[in-house]
Amino acid sequence: MTANGQTGKTFRLLLVLLLTVMAVGLGYAVLELHSSAGGLSKQVATNLEASGVSNPVTAVLLNFRGYDTLLEMAVLLVALIGVWSLGGIPDYRESSPGPVLDTLSRLLVPMLILVAGYLLWVGTHAPGGAFQAGSVLGAAGVLLLLSGWRLEKIFAGLPLRVILILGLGAFVTAGGGFLLIGNVFMEYPSALAGELILMVEAAATLSIGVTLAALFLGGRPEAGLDK
Amino acid sequence: MSHVFLYALLGVGLFVLGLYALIVHAHLLRKILAINVMGTGVFLVLVALAGRNQDTLPDPVPHAMVITGIVVAVSATALALILMLKVNGATGKNELPDRDRD
Amino acid sequence: MEALTLLQWVFDSLLVLCLFWLAGRALASPDLFKAIVLFIAFGLLMALAWVRLDAPDVALAEAAIGAGLTGALLLAALARLKSMGDLYRDDSDCGETKGDDS
Repeated sequence: MTANGQTGKTFRLLLVLLLTVMAVGLGYAVLELHSSAGGLSKQVATNLEASGVSNPVTAVLLNFRGYDTLLEMAVLLVALIGVWSLGGIPDYRESSPGPVLDTLSRLLVPMLILVAGYLLWVGTHAPGGAFQAGSVLGAAGVLLLLSGWRLEKIFAGLPLRVILILGLGAFVTAGGGFLLIGNVFMEYPSALAGELILMVEAAATLSIGVTLAALFLGGRPEAGLDK
Repeated sequence: MSHVFLYALLGVGLFVLGLYALIVHAHLLRKILAINVMGTGVFLVLVALAGRNQDTLPDPVPHAMVITGIVVAVSATALALILMLKVNGATGKNELPDRDRD
Repeated sequence: MEALTLLQWVFDSLLVLCLFWLAGRALASPDLFKAIVLFIAFGLLMALAWVRLDAPDVALAEAAIGAGLTGALLLAALARLKSMGDLYRDDSDCGETKGDDS
C-alpha cells in the first residue's frame, strides 16, 4: 500500500469517508436500543437453582448453553491440530534463562497452579470458572516453556494427547451418557447437575491449559521411548 | 443515557479503527493486531448492551458468549501467527504478494 | 450522591479515551515491538473496562488470555520473524523502502 503515493492518498481519503459513514450508522443503531429490555436475565434467574451452580455465567456456559462450550473446546482442539499439521517451526535457540526469569518462574508457577485450582473451585458461586482457570494454567505453561522446560519424551506421545482431549471427552460423556436413561443430549439430571458441572470443568481446565501452552510452543513435541 | 452506551460507542469506534488498519497496512503482523482490536470492539458492544438495563442484573448470556469468543480469538490468533511464519519462511517477505504487481 | 456519579462519569470517559488512544497508537506505531507492547497495555486496561461493565468473569478471562497469552504469542512470533529475517537479509530485493517493516 505504500507503492504509489497518489493512488494511496485518494484511496485512503475515500476509505476514511466510508468508514466514518459506517461508524455513524453503527453508533446510531447501538444508541437506539431500548434501555428497558432485560434480555435473558430473568429466565436465567428463575432457572438458576435447577442448574446446579449459583454463578449465572457458569450456569449459562456449562448448562444452559453447554452446546456452545462443547463446540468451543472443539475449536481449540482444531486450532491445535492446524498448528501441528503445518509442520515444525524450529524451536527457540538454546539459551539459558537469565536469573530474573529463573527465579520468577520458580516462584510464580506453583502460585499460578494454585490460583488456577482456586478459580476452578470458586467458579460455581463467584466469578471464575473453567476458562479462567484454564487460561491461568496456560500462562503457567507458557512461563515454563520460556524458561527452557520441555516435556519428557515418554509423556509427549499418548499421555499428552489424552490430556488434550480430556475436556472434550468429559463433556461429551456427561452430555451423551444420560441418553441411555432417556434424557435428551446435554440434559443433566437435576440431582447430579452440580457435580457433573464441576467434573466437566476440572477436565476442561486441564485441557484448555495444556492446549494453550501447546499453541504457544508451536511445534509438535517429539515422542519416543528413549531420552 | 447510562454509562454503558459510552462503552458501546467505544466498541464501535474500535471496530472501525481496526477495520481501517486492516485494510491500510500490508504487514501481516499488523493485520493480525488489527483483527484482534476489531474483535475486542465487538465484544465491548456485546457486553455493554448486556448491561443496559440498570434495574436488573446484567444479562449473563452475552457474558458467556464473550468469554467463549476471547478463547476462540486467541486460538485463531495462534493459528494465524503460525501461518504468517510459514509465509515468511516460504517467500522471505512479510506481506502477501499483490496480484497486479509482477 | 451527585458527586459519586460525576466521579464515575469522569472515570469512564477517561478510561474510554485512554483505550481508544492506546488502540490507535498500537495500530499506527512504526515499530512492531512497541505496537505489541501497547497492545498488551490495551488488553490490561480492557480488563478494567469489563469490571466497569459488571462483567467480572470476562475481566478475569481478558486479563489472563487477552493481555497475557496473546501478548506472549505476538512477541514470540515477532522474535521468530526477526531471526528468520536475518537469514534473508543478504539477498532480499527491497527496492522500495517499507515504512512499517522492522
